[in-house]
Amino acid sequence: MAEIWTSYLWPLIIMVAQSLLLMVILLVAIAYVLYADRKIWAAVQIRRGPNVVGPWGLFQSFADLLKFVLKEPVIPAGANKGVFLLAPFVTCVLSLAAWAVIPVHPGWVIADINVGILYIFAISSLSVYGIIMGGWASNSKYPFLAALRSAAQMVSYEVSIGFVIITVLLCVGSLNLSAIVEAQNGPYGVFNWYWLPLLPMFVIFFVSALAETNRPPFDLVEAESELVAGFMVEYGSTPYMMFMLGEYVAIATMCAMGTILFLGGWLPPAPFAPFTWVPGVIWFTLKCLFMFFLFAMAKAIVPRYRYDQLMRLGWKVFLPISLAMVVIVAGVLQFAGWAPK
Amino acid sequence: MIPALFFYLFAGICIASALMVIASRNPVHSVLYLILAFVNAAGLFLLLGAEFLAMILVVVYVGAVAVLFLFVVMMLDVDFAELREGFLQYLPVGALVGVIFLAEILLVVGAATIGGGGPRVVVAPIPTDVSNTEAIGLVLYTKYLYFFQAAGVILLVAMIGAIVLTLRHRTGVKRQNIAEQVARTPETAIEVRKVKSGQGLEV
Amino acid sequence: MTASAQIPDLLPVLPEIVLIVGALALLMVGAYGGERSSPLVNVASIMLLAAAAAIVTWLPSGKLVTFGGSFVLDDFARFLKVLALGGSAAAILMSLDYFRREKILKFEYPVLILLATAGMGMLVSAGDLIALYLGLELMSLSLYVIAAFNRDSAKSTEAGLKYFVLGALSSGMLLYGCSLIYGYTGTIAFPGIAQAAAQGGLGVTFGLVFLLAGLCFKVSAVPFHMWTPDVYEGAPTPVTAFFASAPKVAAMAIFMRVAISAFPTILVQWQQILVFVAIASMALGSFAAIGQRNIKRLMAYSSIGHMGFALVGLAAGTQAGVQGVLVYISIYLLMTLGTFACILSMKRPGGMVEDISDLAGLSRTSPTMAFLLAMLLFSLAGIPPLAGFFAKFYVFIAAINAGLYALAVIGVLTSVVGAYYYLMIVKIMYFDEPQRSFDPMPREQVVVLAVAGLFNLLFFAYPAPLLDAATAAAKSLF
Repeated sequence: MAEIWTSYLWPLIIMVAQSLLLMVILLVAIAYVLYADRKIWAAVQIRRGPNVVGPWGLFQSFADLLKFVLKEPVIPAGANKGVFLLAPFVTCVLSLAAWAVIPVHPGWVIADINVGILYIFAISSLSVYGIIMGGWASNSKYPFLAALRSAAQMVSYEVSIGFVIITVLLCVGSLNLSAIVEAQNGPYGVFNWYWLPLLPMFVIFFVSALAETNRPPFDLVEAESELVAGFMVEYGSTPYMMFMLGEYVAIATMCAMGTILFLGGWLPPAPFAPFTWVPGVIWFTLKCLFMFFLFAMAKAIVPRYRYDQLMRLGWKVFLPISLAMVVIVAGVLQFAGWAPK
Repeated sequence: MIPALFFYLFAGICIASALMVIASRNPVHSVLYLILAFVNAAGLFLLLGAEFLAMILVVVYVGAVAVLFLFVVMMLDVDFAELREGFLQYLPVGALVGVIFLAEILLVVGAATIGGGGPRVVVAPIPTDVSNTEAIGLVLYTKYLYFFQAAGVILLVAMIGAIVLTLRHRTGVKRQNIAEQVARTPETAIEVRKVKSGQGLEV
Repeated sequence: MTASAQIPDLLPVLPEIVLIVGALALLMVGAYGGERSSPLVNVASIMLLAAAAAIVTWLPSGKLVTFGGSFVLDDFARFLKVLALGGSAAAILMSLDYFRREKILKFEYPVLILLATAGMGMLVSAGDLIALYLGLELMSLSLYVIAAFNRDSAKSTEAGLKYFVLGALSSGMLLYGCSLIYGYTGTIAFPGIAQAAAQGGLGVTFGLVFLLAGLCFKVSAVPFHMWTPDVYEGAPTPVTAFFASAPKVAAMAIFMRVAISAFPTILVQWQQILVFVAIASMALGSFAAIGQRNIKRLMAYSSIGHMGFALVGLAAGTQAGVQGVLVYISIYLLMTLGTFACILSMKRPGGMVEDISDLAGLSRTSPTMAFLLAMLLFSLAGIPPLAGFFAKFYVFIAAINAGLYALAVIGVLTSVVGAYYYLMIVKIMYFDEPQRSFDPMPREQVVVLAVAGLFNLLFFAYPAPLLDAATAAAKSLF
């Protein structure tokens, strides 16, 4: 009995507790990320943004949450009920699941698996299902068009993200996320991180991440000027909120991924005091926020792409460049003798 | 105990969803069940210790191939009643073939197990000193270089085929040439004219 | 770790590498040069095929094995590779005029043929089941595409689709057989399978049946022949000419290699299958061809019948039998190419014609073509002293020496039935009222027809080179 307790139940409880803690922190963080998004957007447009609920509008997101939850969910008569309700769950659960492998501090990770980066990649490639299912199950034209768009868009940009990841992996020699961060540790601090040697890939990653998360300027899935609100037209109240939540968690995941792959994860920007006194998790959070700031600025200042331009960018620009970079990086590593053992 | 538990979980869901793929009336549901089956198969790979394959299965099959499946199936307008009619019509023949096939398989497997006709050559053991991602990497581009490259050429042929058979250059379609647009200068794009009041301008 | 990280010996694969790299380069030329570059790509691909053939003969002799036994280059592979390369080159050569006239001259066609030919090379050199499957798929996938190459024609599209669906089914059977064989022998390498299969067992036999079913489909042997007439009729004629030549050689080659080097120990098991398949193919090829009006359909049944005759030699399971098949397949290749050169010349100002009745009175409108075509048809029927007679002679002798008397007798009888429809065409050409004459024959077809016709007429005078090569090739397989 004691053996079952020590070897099965106790680790299980610890794991559940860790997951809950991570989720609570993440969700609170998302609430303020949403707030930040709106504030930044407002600032660029010389507006004030949310400023009514709480001091400086800090509780706006929680007010929104209450409002969404208290409304009645409406399911269209012709909708495919099961799939219709499943779709937001899929989006939300999948994007949360990705965080299980993200290390925010040395050793602070729920599951430190060998193929962590592949796991995140796999999970983010699944997020397209939420949109397709929602768009199809709504039994309405605009959502359906959005579902078709998203299927093509996300599959296209996954390809270039995949190649970006491969170049980083070539430099690291491991698929473990903690190992990827550690590999960027060096005497020059911020200049040791991969954003500098792999600058073109960082740019491609950033743009592809925008497309992969359906953020402006690539939000053709929602495209309110043509598709009203895209795949979410028929959704309201809690299911809608879950879509929104899943979307923002996915954005946060992409920010964390960018931080780990290119900005050195929890590493301080310079390897000496006073920078080393700050705990790694703070650096990690700051870097994620910086990435998110870039996301928000892109939303605020770049006009939306047309669909054919989006496809052109993905297949005719990013794919060849990233393929070429894989070859170049591999070649340089091999012939300069820098390849990881 | 835990791995066994997960094995039964994954295997059970996998088989159940595989059944639902052929049993569900709506083809979109079928594809969704197929995806579920893929994900659970990936889980089984994980239990085998093949985490790399598991992830690749999810990325490639679930994340890309099945999306395109769904893409096509969603746009199909299938008449389910008609489909079921055909199903009943062919059921006897199908069942007969299925039964014969099953009997043969049982015969073969049964004879082999009873007669001890299992594999006679020992298959390579799983290496324990390297992670399996590394193990695949070590042999994929060396020992199995030939197969890997040949598979690549086959995929290339598939791509050429798709382009040859479907690409049509329509005439009279306006296409955007971004380089040309970017290269435009005020001199080529704008013409400044003085307009005398009350006279307008000829275009 | 360092030992496994070495790059394997690439020399034996050089012909295939040349073909594939060349195909990629030509693809780039075509993609950037547009339709204007099509003639250049066509000529360049013929030269590439010739270069590959030269490399095959130039490579050091003896048995070269690389990639851990997956790729075997022995005399057997050399012989068949040269045949397949030659067949493909002739097919491209003959297609030029046709595609130009139909205005579908595209650079992708020769590129696909190059890739298909690389697949054939991989197929005849396959040393294990995975190499077999990959080679077969590379070849077949290219063939599916070029069957539907004239995509604006409903018939061509239908041919491509039919071929693809049935081909995928047969690939499935083949893979199922492969997995059973692997499961029951624990190895994919042919020598290993031969060893493990020696202990017998139902599982291996079961796998063998599925494997042979898949291969029968590729050589279009009865009962897996259903696709052949429709595909031959629907596909553009130069594509049909290609289908009837090089891929048949490659598929027959892998048939022999699998049977002889992977399953020599259970000869009895596959012998009875092959005897049945050979008889059924010969019979169907002979009887079903009689009612045909379309010459391409007729050639489809003719090729089914010829595959049956070739399998007679393989069913013997002896070295003489394999030698007979090799001779048969080489002669068949040339006869078919020659016949298709004539079929491709059946055009009038209004366009191509494909009916047998259109050949009426050819002896008066163009006597040379009529004479050579008549000789080729006599040869296909197996009338001495033309090459086709010797082809049949060797396989039947091998069958008799192996004790398969019934098979040989049935073979001779069906070839008599088959002679009827070949002679029917000759009768139409020589004794029926002439129709309007055909357009003059393009140069490329003249070349192919002349080579095939002269070989056919003069083979009896100097058969030694082919026979010696076939003997050496057959020897290397045992």
